[in-house]
Amino acid sequence: MYQYNDNDQTLINERVTQFRDQTQRYLNGDMGEDEFRTLRLMNGVYIQIHAPMMRIAIPYGLLSAAQLRTLASISRKYDKGYAHFTTRQNLQLNWPTIESIPDILADLAKVQMHAIQTSGNCIRNTTSDHFAGVTPDEITDPRPYCEIIRQWTTFHPEFSYLPRKFKIAVSSSAQDRAATQLHDIGVHVIKNSSGDCGFRILVGGGLGRTPIIGTEIRPFLAQKDLLSYLEAIVRIYNLNGRRDNKYKARIKILVREEGIDKIRAQVEAEWLRIKDGMEIPAQTFIDMQAQFLPPAYDTNAQENASLIQAENNPEFATWLQHNTATHKVTGYRIVFLSLKAPDSPPGDILAGQLDAVADLADAYSFGEIRSTHRQNLVLADVNQANLYSLWQKLSALKLATPNIGTATDIICCPGLDFCNLANATSIDITHEINQALDNLDYLHDLGELNINISGCMNGCAHQSVGHIGILGVDKKGAEWYQITLGGSSANTAAIGQKLGASISKANIIAAIKAILATYIEQREGSEENFLDTFNRVGITPFKEKVYANH
Amino acid sequence: MQIIKDQQIIANNWQYIADNDSLPTGNITVSLTRWLQNQVQLQQHTGQIGVRIEADADINLLTKNLTKITLIELNFPAFTDGRGFSQARLLRDNLQYQGELRAIGNYMLDQVFYLTKVGVNAFALKTVKELETALSTMQDFSYSYQN
Ligand code: SF4
Repeated sequence: MYQYNDNDQTLINERVTQFRDQTQRYLNGDMGEDEFRTLRLMNGVYIQIHAPMMRIAIPYGLLSAAQLRTLASISRKYDKGYAHFTTRQNLQLNWPTIESIPDILADLAKVQMHAIQTSGNCIRNTTSDHFAGVTPDEITDPRPYCEIIRQWTTFHPEFSYLPRKFKIAVSSSAQDRAATQLHDIGVHVIKNSSGDCGFRILVGGGLGRTPIIGTEIRPFLAQKDLLSYLEAIVRIYNLNGRRDNKYKARIKILVREEGIDKIRAQVEAEWLRIKDGMEIPAQTFIDMQAQFLPPAYDTNAQENASLIQAENNPEFATWLQHNTATHKVTGYRIVFLSLKAPDSPPGDILAGQLDAVADLADAYSFGEIRSTHRQNLVLADVNQANLYSLWQKLSALKLATPNIGTATDIICCPGLDFCNLANATSIDITHEINQALDNLDYLHDLGELNINISGCMNGCAHQSVGHIGILGVDKKGAEWYQITLGGSSANTAAIGQKLGASISKANIIAAIKAILATYIEQREGSEENFLDTFNRVGITPFKEKVYANH
Repeated sequence: MQIIKDQQIIANNWQYIADNDSLPTGNITVSLTRWLQNQVQLQQHTGQIGVRIEADADINLLTKNLTKITLIELNFPAFTDGRGFSQARLLRDNLQYQGELRAIGNYMLDQVFYLTKVGVNAFALKTVKELETALSTMQDFSYSYQN
């Protein structure tokens, strides 16, 4: 993985000093509340119901074992001994104090980490495919591009006070695992007809109150022009994006209001002007690729090396089937660590688990860990001969719930428990769904199914692209839920359709059960997954079943 | 009130002239509207001419006779409004503006470092203490990823 050079290290050290000084000026009364708010947001600190929360950046979701141990120690020292992985592959602390933030940043800086631009109206952490570098369906490893983008976005002097937050995602695979169509900018690594790597660029996607799927702004961009093109887009947005209404301030609204043709013309004109001056030298790509070399795989590793154990142990076999994925190297598998155990909030992890995962990464996966967009972890490079012993250890750590990609692999925002914008609880609903689906055979029979639950319109849990989306709404002070069906953040991205009138908290689980039963009834064999069935039969059968007794 | 220019605290020897004020002697700043309407008259002025730019102004309107302008003031309506950063960048890189580029209005001193990076070289702030703090923030970072 990328190792900081002296410049990178100096910069984050200087950032700690800067924020320490800013915090001090604020605590002394020399800086106003509004000013400090903006500055702390750019350092990942925002205030929620109980206390400040802090988001720590995990660039494109990649972590070393040493970094994980530091995160464990920070969560013990400054928080309550647990942390939370977010849908932007970042890590969130729920209980730090304002006074301790500079010290946390200093601890992070020692392991090449920071919280820069994890919040605020700036360019956020660049996200990518959690299978980067190890998946067979990849054109090339996207992480070198991600790191180039990370550096360009970091402390960008011109783009730190944008109309609204700005998110970039990069995907390099046939299958889009980074939801690139739902980002302010989506970057697809592609090859042109002469075999050169370049990018297809999408713009104006986004979730939140007005979910919109991104539009292609350029079908092919040469590698060397990556940063100039991004710069042109963000400059046009900075100058022209709406600043009169925070809900209309994202670039998706600019693109929708002005039309993609006008935006493209503006962007291309600006890009032509700046592209030569910002060309990325070929050597930069070579140097960056050298930072992401594959680990020293065992060339004797055998495919299906854990088959015998799987035959003898159905539980292990189930886990193998659901929580591991195909690796591009013979004899290896990609392993998911489920952070969706039935009794814990999605994405949460205890300090002890963080330490243990660091040890497992060292023992089984070349010392690296990834966080995923769906709030799980990945050990990307596991020799198949070690899968059984890894599974045993993960089971003991409660990180082996065999539910990856299933209905209990829920994305869920903090909701009413932690967030002062929430209309309704989301964590409770997750627990109740888990209770309703506690039969593993039934869960697995339901197959691939994404349920996303947000406590309000802001949609932090991306409910609008959940196969089943659940959105907390307020009805005269009571908690109600709006259900959508058919959303997707994958290749055929789609915004879910509203099922009908919102449903009370007391009835929401019954409604979910009715939706699942409808799917089972309607599907053409167990190979047809929920989304395909929905797309074939439409919303009516689901509606009829859910509202039958209303 | 003093200002910072090129990393020095110096006296401000410019006068703000509203759109219907008559022109005094000495260095004056006028609105972009007045500059566009009265360029001929303003170019006769014996002192130097500065132009005040609002955040929503189209920078390209300044292309004509830009060399006659020796000060451009970028007015920040609120520190959260970052359009001035792009205006500054365009003035320097696209229009090749060489004169003084001054940040005025409601920006905050913690933005001074970034402003220097996009080509702003002068700063009006509220107090002398702020001017001093602003000067020290100019050393906050010793390296930049964006050249
Ligand atoms: S979706 Fe709403 S309730 Fe949930 S975390 Fe986001 S803002 Fe808070």
